[in-house]
Parts: sequence; C-alpha cells; structure tokens
Amino acid sequence: MTKITHAHGTGGQYTHDLIKNVFVRHFNNAQLNALLDSAILTAPSRQLVFTTDTHVVQPRFFPGGDIGRLAVAGTINDLAVCGACPLWLSTAFIIEEGFDLDELEKIVSSMQTTASAAGVSIVTGDTKVVNKGEADGVFITTAGIGIKLYSQPLEPARMAPGDSILISGYIGDHAAAIIKARQLFDIDLSVESDCAPLNSLTELLCSRLATIKIMRDPTRGGVATTLNEFVAGGACGIRIYEDKLPVRSAVLGLCEPLGFDPLYLANEGKLIIVVSSAESDVCLDLLRSHPLGKHAAIIGEVVAQPSGRVLLRTTIGSNRVLEMLTGEMLPRIC
Amino acid sequence: MIRYLDEYRDPRLIEAIADRIRASAPTHPINLMEVCGGHTLTIFKYGLKHFLPSSINLISGPGCPVCVTDNSYIDYAVALSARPELIIASFGDMLRVPGSTGSLQSAKADGADVRICYSPLEALVIAEMHPERQVVFLGIGFETTAPLVASAILRAAERDLTNFSVLSAHKVMPPAMQAIIQAGEIALHGFICPGHVTAITGPEIYEFIARDYHLPCVVTGFEPLDLLEAILRLVEQIRAGIAKVENQYRRAVKPGGNAQAQAIMREVFEPAPATWRGLGTIPQSGLRIRDKYRDFCAETKFPLTLEPAVDQPGCICGDVMRGLKTPPECPLFRTICQPEHPCGACMVSAEGTCATYFKYHQSIP
Amino acid sequence: MCLAVPMKVIEISANQARAEVGGVIYRANLDLLSDVSIGDYIIVHAGFAIEKLDEETARENLAIWQEIATLAEQKERRTAL
Repeated sequence: MTKITHAHGTGGQYTHDLIKNVFVRHFNNAQLNALLDSAILTAPSRQLVFTTDTHVVQPRFFPGGDIGRLAVAGTINDLAVCGACPLWLSTAFIIEEGFDLDELEKIVSSMQTTASAAGVSIVTGDTKVVNKGEADGVFITTAGIGIKLYSQPLEPARMAPGDSILISGYIGDHAAAIIKARQLFDIDLSVESDCAPLNSLTELLCSRLATIKIMRDPTRGGVATTLNEFVAGGACGIRIYEDKLPVRSAVLGLCEPLGFDPLYLANEGKLIIVVSSAESDVCLDLLRSHPLGKHAAIIGEVVAQPSGRVLLRTTIGSNRVLEMLTGEMLPRIC
Repeated sequence: MIRYLDEYRDPRLIEAIADRIRASAPTHPINLMEVCGGHTLTIFKYGLKHFLPSSINLISGPGCPVCVTDNSYIDYAVALSARPELIIASFGDMLRVPGSTGSLQSAKADGADVRICYSPLEALVIAEMHPERQVVFLGIGFETTAPLVASAILRAAERDLTNFSVLSAHKVMPPAMQAIIQAGEIALHGFICPGHVTAITGPEIYEFIARDYHLPCVVTGFEPLDLLEAILRLVEQIRAGIAKVENQYRRAVKPGGNAQAQAIMREVFEPAPATWRGLGTIPQSGLRIRDKYRDFCAETKFPLTLEPAVDQPGCICGDVMRGLKTPPECPLFRTICQPEHPCGACMVSAEGTCATYFKYHQSIP
Repeated sequence: MCLAVPMKVIEISANQARAEVGGVIYRANLDLLSDVSIGDYIIVHAGFAIEKLDEETARENLAIWQEIATLAEQKERRTAL
C-alpha cells in the first residue's frame, strides 16, 4: 500500500501497521515502543517547561528542511529559549486521504534525525485520516516537555536599560527559502532555510552566562515582531542599529526588488538574547564559538525611553519606530 | 553590498547634503510636494524629515497608483471575479483595497480565482496554460508600468491569444499635478518628481509646470541621498527665485526618456479622461486601450453596469491624496482603519500615505 | 511608485536578460530596452528593463558628494582644534 487511506485512521490493523512500520520504526524509544495510551515519564526535581506547536507549511519540502524538521526544531526551540533542556516530544498527525506513504516516511525520518541530534525522544503520538480536501496534505501538531536549566526567570520584565541585545546569525534565510520553494517569482536564489534545533546553543549560554534576561527565536513576523513582544506594555524600550543586522546579500537581493524587509521575515533557527552589558562580549564570543552562531552580532540595547517601543537607528543615522508586522507582506510594484 | 543602492545610503554623504540644506533653507515655510509612493516610502523609512529644518514641509500627493484608483474600478474587478470562467490576475498591492462591497481578497476567500503577479508577463503565461478560461489583468500604474502592460498586450496579439485582456486604470501624472496646482488648496513651492516615471517619459513633461506656474521641479531618484539632493536643489531654486525642471536622477533619466518604451505605450494606449480618487475626473489623465486592440480590452469584452461606487463613510483618502490632510488627521486612522483591516486604499497599498505613516510612525529625534 | 532596482546583466538571450542583484538572478524582459550588453546595470521594474544605469554619471555624482563630505569633515576638525 503506497497511499494513506481511511483504513489507516480506523484504529484497526492498518493503523497498528502504520504505527509499527513508520512511527515506532523511526522514533524507536522505550516509552513509545511500549505502545501504551500515554508515555510514562519520570519527573525530575526541577521546574517542568511545556509547550505546543502546530505546523502546516507549504511546500512540505524546501531547501534546508521539511515540515518534519520544522515541527521538531520549532518545538525544541520553544523550550530551549525558555532556558530549558528539551527531553520529550509528542506528535499528532492529521493526514489527508491519498497522502503518499513514502513522503510520510521521509517526514517521519527527518523528525527523528532532527530529534536525535538534539538529544530528544518522540515518546507518544496520534494519527487521524481525513477525507481528501479536508487537510492540506498533512498537519502536524507537537507538544514538548523540558526541564528548566537556567535558575533565573527569563521574561521581558527582567530587561533593564543598558542591557545588550544579540542575534545568533543571518536573518531572513528561512523566509527566503520558502519564497524560493513556492516558486512565486521566476528567480534563481540559493538560500537554505536555517531551520535547526537551538538547544545545544542555549545550553551553552545558560551554563556560562549569569545575566540572561530573555531569549526568543524570531519566527513568524521576524526580528521586529519579537522585539516588540519584548517591550509591549513594559517599562523599557529597545534600540537596534540597522547597520549591525546580519543579512546575507542574497536575502537583500530578494528584498530590495520585491519590497520585502528582512526585519519582518521569518527565521527558524535563530536566537535573540538579551544579557547585561557586562556579559555582552562574552555572550558574543560564546555564540560565535558555536556552529549555529558563527555570524552572531550585537544589534542593539535596551533603553529607558521610549518605553514600550522599538527604535531603529537607520543606516543613514536617523531614528524611526519599528512596529510589529501588520497585515501580510505582499510583493508590490509600487 | 548592493551596488548603486548602498552608496546612496552613506551617512557621511547624507550629513553633507543635510548641512547644505540647513544652510540654504529659507526661514519662511515652504511646501514641497512629492507625487510618488516610492518617494513617500523613502522619506519615512529613512526618517528624512530628521535632517530637514522645520521650515521645509514635505507633502505627499497622489503618487500611489493603487491609492488613486477609484472604488468603481475595484467594484468592476470584483464583479468580474465572480464569473467562474474568469481568472483575475493582479499586482499584489490591489488585492486588499476595499471597494464598495468588498475587496478582491474577500472575493478570493469566497472562491473567486484571483492570482497575484509580479509581472504582467505572468498573466500571459496563465492565459496560455488555461485556454479554456479568460484571464483579465488589472492594469494599474503610471507611466512606468503602462509600457510593460502595453508590451504584454502586443505579445498577446502576436500569439493570437483570445483569452487575455486588460482592465486599464493606468494614469499619467502631469494632468493630476496641474489639477492640484489649479485647485489652489495648498500653497506649493516646488515638486519632487517621480524618477522612474520620468525615466520613461523624459523630464520635458514637467516643463509646463515651471513655465506656466513658476514652480521648480526636480526629477528625483529613490534613495535617501537622491531625495535630499533634490530637496537641496529645490531650496536653491526657490532662494534664487527661479523655476526650472532639473534632473537629479541623471544616472537613470535621460533627456527625451526611453523612446522605445514610449512608442510601445503609444501603440497600445491613448489618452482618455480618468477618475482619480480625491481629484475627480481629469481630462487626458488616463490611458485607454486603443480600438485597434479592443480584443484585449476587458471593458469591451466584459461590459458591466454597476451600482454607483460608495466610499467608506468617514474615509478621507481623497483629502490625503490631495495633500490637504495628513493621516493622523483622519478620525479612522489607527482606530478602525489599520493595515490588517483597511478602510481605504491609502492604508492598503504599501506605499499609501496612511500605510506609510502607520508603519513608519513619526520620526523620533 | 515604481519599485525598480539596478541589476547587473549577466546573460542575454533573444529579448530577455538574466540580471543579478546580491547574487539573486532575475529575468528581465528587454522589449522596452533592447540596447543592453553584458555587464550593464539595468533598472528592472516588474520583470522589465526600463532603463540602463549610466555608471559614469553615477560615479561622478557620488564623487562630488564624497569630496564635499571630506571637506566638511576637515573643516570641522580644524574648527575643533
């Protein structure tokens, strides 16, 4: 059988075969292999960190990644940026009738490759099959549990004027790869998605820095939206410098003619971190020592005024307010 | 990293020009109007007002082709999109502009086949891939874009395509500039003229403004250095009491413009009256597809009679287009009118004055 | 209006050019501008080349401003001393 059919969703023999031959075969760990209705996990004595995520990306395969890798990395990153060591994931699939079984295997295999490289197990899951047309191929929902490593709380309220803001590398790569993969424009562009689990990077930072205030991965809405989330309703503002932002020439080459702004493009393997100014240089060195942070840069600082706002110092030396992403970014002629 | 763009964003050069502007600027207020959405965008994106003395006011005019498109056009396009045999192809900017009853985006959500194109050539490809359907391309844009659409029509004619047509809302700028001057609603002292329009037409099209209305005009590029240099030249002309057409964008704009593009535009289009949001109907300001190419004219192929267009109550896009009001003076701005749910065209288009004000906020010193 | 950026021509075939900006390669139709050679910078709007960039004029214009900026900085340094 090469296609998913309703038989795979009935809970009967076909479902069991699917679970055994695809999910268990790839994810393969003691908790999952037991095939109980739930995974039995031994709770550590630290704080638990728990997240959920859902993935519907089109196309499902793109330069540098796929929906499976995206799902696993995205969930791991939600835990990692909260100062946690990710341990266990669940994953649920809603699959459209007629979906290619080979493709499903590729996605599942990619999930396991990503998870195991990050030291994470996929311990429980579910599958449902819906009629043709009721899902766009496959929808993947994940949840993740980790244990808090970093003893300090990581939250926007901890930011103070003078703190440094750093980014781990080039911005806009993931969005550029998706734009290319969707073939919306007749262009030659070789940029790969930066889709990657960040936990080894965050664990390094958490182990060596005493003054991390907050971390986040700037996904949908880009760096501008994430920074606005940091300051919304708070006592501080943020200033960043346009000329300090790491952006590849190729991403600029995509943005300029089509009217996109790299500050609003999605990333799937980048970290924004706010630390005290005293640890700013050490933080930069640590980032750059790691494969995922080779092009890290200090991009700005936390300021007292204007509170609740993000300011951009432009390349020409003027300032303007950087808003959150509003509406959709459509390519313009004008 | 990007040649012929980055050099025009060099802070040293910006500061040098700004110094000169500050040294030459008059003490009495002067109003300079730009008539190009691209200029509006650069002014705000780079916070150029920060570099100018308070005596210089930059006013946004009707320079965004999406924003000056009347509701009746959107209504026509939306009505066409309801026909199952039609595919509506459009530049992205047009999709979310609200007409009297809805936008193309909402029509698409209701099942209409509406597709975004970066280039009119993509619409031709769609027509060739779907010989059983009719493709209507929404022709929006000034003299920069009209030759491209004309070229697409000529190709369609060459290939004997019977399923491709254009709904033209193309417009030309000089009659609108004249209408604004003649309306006399604001005291104007000079024009920042659109660089890419003029690359096609040549700077001669503005001569009548300098000659008949004694207003200096400077053809301007789109980078911060271009705009500041243009403002400097306008200020210097005003100081000297002269009025002529100058070309700041000499690297791209030649005397006479692009004759090849003009010939193609003239082959397919002829001047006609056009209705501009906020300005009303202006003679000779639109481009209509010539009779010779009526097979590619969507209005001829798909005639419709529609209810008269209705504007959103309270929407003052018209006043904003004429430079009479700034977006913060509109009661709907930021309250019920935002980029996520726009009431009028000025908020939808990425270069609309309201969208620009919203996104780029005021300059902070 | 008229988002158009300078791109460097790397290949020409029939009435189409492949042109590059930041390493990204675009296609530009040459129906409106046939006198184009490899190495030229063209201004591309919505998939069409609309004008050729005059590099010499561009360099001259930039050089003038570079000189003015340098002179202004020198003057400032002298005043500060």
